Amino acid sequence: MRPTRTFRVLEPYLYLLPTLIGLALFSAGAVAVSFLMSFTHWDIITTPEWIWLENYITLWQSDLFWEVVWNTVYFILLAVPLSVVASLALALAANTTLKGIVFFRTAYFLPVVSSMIAVALVWSWIYNPEYGLLNYLLDLFFGIRGPAWLDSTSWALPAMVIVTVWKGLGYSMVIFLAGLQNIPQDLYHAATIDGAGVWKKFRHITLPMLSPTTFFVIVITLINSFQVFEQTYVLTKGGPANSTLTMSYYIYQNAFQFFQMGKAAALSYVLFAAIFVVTLIQFRIQKRWVFYG
Amino acid sequence: MARRIRTIARYILLTAIGAVMVGPFLWMVSTSMMDQQDIFRVPPQWIPRQIHLKNYRAIMEVLPLGTLLLNSFTIAICATIGQLCSCSLAAYAFARMKFRGNTVLYFVLLATMMIPAQVTMIPVFLIMKFLGLIDTLYALIVPAFFGGAFGTFLLRQFYATIPTDLEDAARMDGCGKFRILWSIVLPLSKPALATLALFTFMTYWNDLLGPVIYLSSVENATLTMGLANLQSGVMVTRYDLLMAGSVLSVLPILLLLIIGQRWFVKGIATTGLKE
Repeated sequence: MRPTRTFRVLEPYLYLLPTLIGLALFSAGAVAVSFLMSFTHWDIITTPEWIWLENYITLWQSDLFWEVVWNTVYFILLAVPLSVVASLALALAANTTLKGIVFFRTAYFLPVVSSMIAVALVWSWIYNPEYGLLNYLLDLFFGIRGPAWLDSTSWALPAMVIVTVWKGLGYSMVIFLAGLQNIPQDLYHAATIDGAGVWKKFRHITLPMLSPTTFFVIVITLINSFQVFEQTYVLTKGGPANSTLTMSYYIYQNAFQFFQMGKAAALSYVLFAAIFVVTLIQFRIQKRWVFYG
Repeated sequence: MARRIRTIARYILLTAIGAVMVGPFLWMVSTSMMDQQDIFRVPPQWIPRQIHLKNYRAIMEVLPLGTLLLNSFTIAICATIGQLCSCSLAAYAFARMKFRGNTVLYFVLLATMMIPAQVTMIPVFLIMKFLGLIDTLYALIVPAFFGGAFGTFLLRQFYATIPTDLEDAARMDGCGKFRILWSIVLPLSKPALATLALFTFMTYWNDLLGPVIYLSSVENATLTMGLANLQSGVMVTRYDLLMAGSVLSVLPILLLLIIGQRWFVKGIATTGLKE
């Protein structure tokens, strides 16, 4: 039996049916519902009450909201540069054909595939002020008395940054490695003949040729840093004294602990807008520094 | 000679980095085999003075480990099947079929990667509530059967690299599109499917936010949830037990990493490079 004409026209959509339903329900639909919800007051039990912009206005006037915004920004300002520089350094170190290199790369990749909960648990043990490994090593090598890390309002957030950066290094390293291996080797040969040293080659060949990869890594790391959740859930629950309360965890608290769905939806839109704007800005300014050979 | 020194220096550097990246895991394993006195000792013990496996037995008494493992496995395996089915179908349509809105739809799908989970999680929670799936494993499994940007992108990119000659020949012989997908395209796409399977399994096995939102009763809890609850409960200083639990959570993934190292790498490299 030959397929009918109607069937031939509809066939692609059959293949796409699950995806289209998913898009409609779990992405586009959800985004729209969330948007409407952000204009309501709703405790999930009683009927939602339409309150126009009140959620946004209340947030704007709340000190806690600005504290959360600052924590999120502070987290990003620490995590993104640290992560990009460290993973590039890691990729440069691992970009060799030495025997056993696959073993090393796989080892560096272990934190990426492990669950955040396992990683956060072992780090909370490492951060233990009296018996933890970190303060012991700080004392042993530098004679420094380490802080109480997760119990300190000034150190808890940097401590979370360290865990996050450490866990993600292997991922960005793999992307950087792929980028490094795409750089034509004759560029380096030519530079060597011209008498360029290691630093000059890095500065004038590796960095510009790698800039599209660097751009991608920065975009991804930023988006992920905006959404840090599981570390907070396991390590600090936003404490001490809200010093690690970042946007994503604050949304979770409002939605699923305080059942303020409208407020949580408004917050999620603030987060969405922030991610969108920052990503857009990055695509704008990339023209000034990203080099597509 | 200079070359030799440089090689040795490089190995020392690589090992030093390795110590930072793997050290915490060794510390995890080591702590999981210590008893209480060894843990709270100054200076810290690197290696347990006596190897104890009793923490692993103890954690089975505190946590319903069998149930937790079974739930985590069920969710991860079912979600993986769901992603493989739905993404391979969608990717095939995007890669090989001409239809109205192909490019636009593909772009929209990729754009959904930008949406933070926090925006969609409340409405999706409501959908699950409406369907009566709260506190069932289905709440986590069902969405996996409805496609995903990452999986579709990964497979579409791979399908695009497969030459169409074989498919053309099969079409001449009167094969339908689904037959072609099933007996030609999919068998040729094994590496990409393996990559997607690994990533999906890992994502769902490690997930904490999803289970925390959707699951509440002990019978439906996952391993990650069990560990999180253990830590926020009375066990906050029982690092011996917490580390034993963490080892159990990392172990299956470590095995997957060892088996599928190159597929992991390939998957990440594909998403990082514009084709």
